[in-house]
Amino acid sequence: MTVNVLLKALELGLILAVLSEGVYVSFRILNIPDMTVDGSFSTGAAVVAVSTMAGQPYLGLCWAFLAGCVCGLVTAFLQTKMKIQPLLAGIITMTGLYSINLRIMGSMPNMPLLSLDPDCASMFDTVDQPLLVLIPLIAVLALVLYWFFKTNLGLQIRATGDNEAMVRSSSINVDRMKFIAFGLSNGLVALSGALFAQYNHFADVTGGTGMMVIGLAGIIVGEAIIQKRTIGFGILSAILGACIYRVLYTLALQFGVPSGDMNLISALLVAITISIPYIRKKRRGEYA
Amino acid sequence: MLKLEHVSVTFHPGTQLEKKALTDVSVTIHDGDFVTILGSNGAGKSTFFNVIAGKIPVTSGKVFLDEEDITEQKEHIRARQIGRLFQNPAMGTAGELSVEENLALAYSHSQRGMFSRAVTNADREFFAEHLKTLDMGLEDRLKTPIGLLSGGQRQAVALMMAVLNPPKILLLDEHTAALDPKSAHKILEITNQLIKQEQITALMITHNMKDALENGSRLLIFHDGRITKDFSGAEKSALKPEDVIHFYEV
Repeated sequence: MTVNVLLKALELGLILAVLSEGVYVSFRILNIPDMTVDGSFSTGAAVVAVSTMAGQPYLGLCWAFLAGCVCGLVTAFLQTKMKIQPLLAGIITMTGLYSINLRIMGSMPNMPLLSLDPDCASMFDTVDQPLLVLIPLIAVLALVLYWFFKTNLGLQIRATGDNEAMVRSSSINVDRMKFIAFGLSNGLVALSGALFAQYNHFADVTGGTGMMVIGLAGIIVGEAIIQKRTIGFGILSAILGACIYRVLYTLALQFGVPSGDMNLISALLVAITISIPYIRKKRRGEYA
Repeated sequence: MLKLEHVSVTFHPGTQLEKKALTDVSVTIHDGDFVTILGSNGAGKSTFFNVIAGKIPVTSGKVFLDEEDITEQKEHIRARQIGRLFQNPAMGTAGELSVEENLALAYSHSQRGMFSRAVTNADREFFAEHLKTLDMGLEDRLKTPIGLLSGGQRQAVALMMAVLNPPKILLLDEHTAALDPKSAHKILEITNQLIKQEQITALMITHNMKDALENGSRLLIFHDGRITKDFSGAEKSALKPEDVIHFYEV
C-alpha cells in the first residue's frame, strides 16, 4: 500500500467519521437503531450537489446538515407521535427519502458536482491536501459534540437513551429529546454524505445504501480499541474506528477482495461483534 | 395540598376484562403530611399513585394540587411538582451515567439554562455535601457509573435526586421492598430524615405493616379500589399490627 493510498483511506475515513458520529448519537446514546441513515446520507449528497451547481458549495454543506435534521425529525415524529416501532419508522422515512432525493437531484440518479467556477466546485478544491480541512473540521465537530453532551440538554438526551422510564417520570419531555437527538444524528449523517459527494465530485441517489452498517462498523472497531465507555471516549472511538475501518477496507481492496463483497464483510463484522458479549455470557453461564 | 375528588379509574371499560381499579376515591392530603398506605395486591394503591403522577388518566373525577386542577396535566409537567420513587432501584436512576450526572439531571436544569454545563465544580461540592449526610460514602464516588453501585446505594441517590428540588408531593412506591433488610432500614431512615429536613409532603406505599405504623403521620388502607380506613395522629399511633391485619378483610 503506497502512502498515497493510505492518505486517501484516511481522508475517506475522516469523512465517514462524521457518519459514525451520527450513528453513535442514535445507536449508542439514544439506544435506538435508526435506518433513516441510509436515506439521509443520500439526502446530504443530493442537497450539496444541487447547491454546488448553484455556486454555493460551502453553504451547501449547511443546507445538507439541515436537510438531514429534517429527515431525523420525520423519523422521530413517526416514533413518538404515531407510535411506530423505531426500526420501521426509520425504514419508512428511508423509503420515502429515495423519491425525495431523486426529486432534489431533478430526477437524475447521479449527478456530477460541477460549478461555473471550476476552482470552487467543492471544499476540497481549495487546498492541496484534503486532510488540511478534514482534520480541523472533525476536531471542531468532536469538541462541539463533547460539549453538547455535557450540557443539561445533552445529559437529558443521554438519560433518555439510558433509562426512558425514569426520564418519563421526571419533568423531562422524552419526545422532545428524541426529536433533538434524531435531528442531530441525521444532520451529521447528511453532512457526511455531503462531504462524501464533494470529495468524489458526484452524488448518487443510491449512495446511502448500507451506510447505517458502515457507520456502525466504525463505532464497533473504535470501541474494540478504546475500552472506555464515557461520552468523551465514545465520541473519540467513533472517529478513530471509522478511520481504522476505512484503512482496513482499503487494505482488503488492495488484496483483491472485490468491492462488491465489502458490504457483506461489513455486515458480518457488525453482526459478529455485536453478538460476542452475548456468546461470552452464554459460555460463562454454561461453565459456571 | 393534594386533593382527589370522586376519582374512579376503570381499565378496559365495556369489555370482559373490565376492571374497576379505583372507585369514587376522595381524599385530601395536607401540606406536611407523611401518609403511609397499606392494602393487599390489586387494592388500587399503585393506580392511586399513577393517577396522582399523571401516568394513567382518570375515568371520572378530579385531581387538584394546591387548588389547581391538574387532572388533564401531562406526566412530565406534573413531575416538576411531584417526585416519585419506585420499588426497583434501577428505575430511579440512569445506570450508565455517573452519580454526579444523575444528581445533575434532577438539579441543574432548574438552576441554569439547557446549554450550560450540567455538572460544575460548585455542583460537585454541593452534591458531595448532601451525599455526606447519608453517611454511605457516596460523596467519594461521584464519578462512578451508578449502575455499579448496590441497590441500596442507588436508591439513596434516587431519593436524593427526588429531594434536591424539593417536590410538593413525594410518592414512594414500595421504595424499600427490593432491598435487603439492612439497606431497607437505612433508606427508610434517610427518607424520614429528608422529609423532615425539606418539609416534604409524602405518600408511601408499603407491604410492611411495621413500617406503615412506625413511620408517617397518617395511614390510609386501600381495599378493592376504595380507601376503607383513614387514621391520623393519636389514632394512628395507637394502632397495632393485629388491628391492621383485620382491616385487610373489611
